Amino acid sequence: MSEKKTLTFAIMDPPFENARSTTVLRLMHVAARRGYDINVFAYEGAVGLPFTKQSGHANAVHGHDADEEDHPLPHKWVVALMEEAQKNGGRIDWVNCGLCVDERGVAEAVPGVRRGTPGDLWKMASSSDNTLVIPTK
Amino acid sequence: MKVINIIETAYRATLEEQDDTIVWLTHAMKGTGAELDVLLRGNAVNYGVKGQDAFGLSFGAMSQTQPPTLAEDVAKLIEKGVLVYIIEEDVAERGIEASSLIDGLKPVSKSGVAELISGYDHAWHW
Repeated sequence: MSEKKTLTFAIMDPPFENARSTTVLRLMHVAARRGYDINVFAYEGAVGLPFTKQSGHANAVHGHDADEEDHPLPHKWVVALMEEAQKNGGRIDWVNCGLCVDERGVAEAVPGVRRGTPGDLWKMASSSDNTLVIPTK
Repeated sequence: MKVINIIETAYRATLEEQDDTIVWLTHAMKGTGAELDVLLRGNAVNYGVKGQDAFGLSFGAMSQTQPPTLAEDVAKLIEKGVLVYIIEEDVAERGIEASSLIDGLKPVSKSGVAELISGYDHAWHW
């Protein structure tokens, strides 16, 4: 059994734009499986990751209706990660930058996501074993 | 905890945000008592150039009336006690004269970056 860690992730990319968004969720998944405590500071476009109004769609190119397509929605991945962390004795504290949420009109977030400020990033990082920044390039 | 924010990606939505988001983040965290410094590298060294003027953007009747003032924002960080380092080779490669840079920037060579960063608990590369 490895020692329990607390990790902070600061992320910037919006959903559905590039591989970094998925990559950071993969990293969080590893930490969640290990029962680590995970802090997330979602900044700029990343505040859209837990946005509940994302919706799937049919895909004519794939020849799929909406059910067959079963389009991945990042807000559901966030919920699944939170559940995985909890199941393994950890937790995910996800803070969405409040001003970034307002700019984008994405206030409807999955349960467990809270609104915050850059001061929360500093507090999270200060109480973590390590912090990883994954910015928009 | 002492952190250095390394800013490399430059002009990231600065006309929409009316600032650089990481310079802004540094201001905001410094305001909460965070111990933070900054290293400008790559295209972000241009943030140190005086006299930038981002006015003039308009779409039809809509004008950007509060464009970013990046050099001033960096200068205000320095006023707050943030050490702002700048990679001298990246400045030279872009043909930027030292006289065109704001006061208070601390030049550092690429070969000196590792030693610089070793003085911090964390380096956050944006």
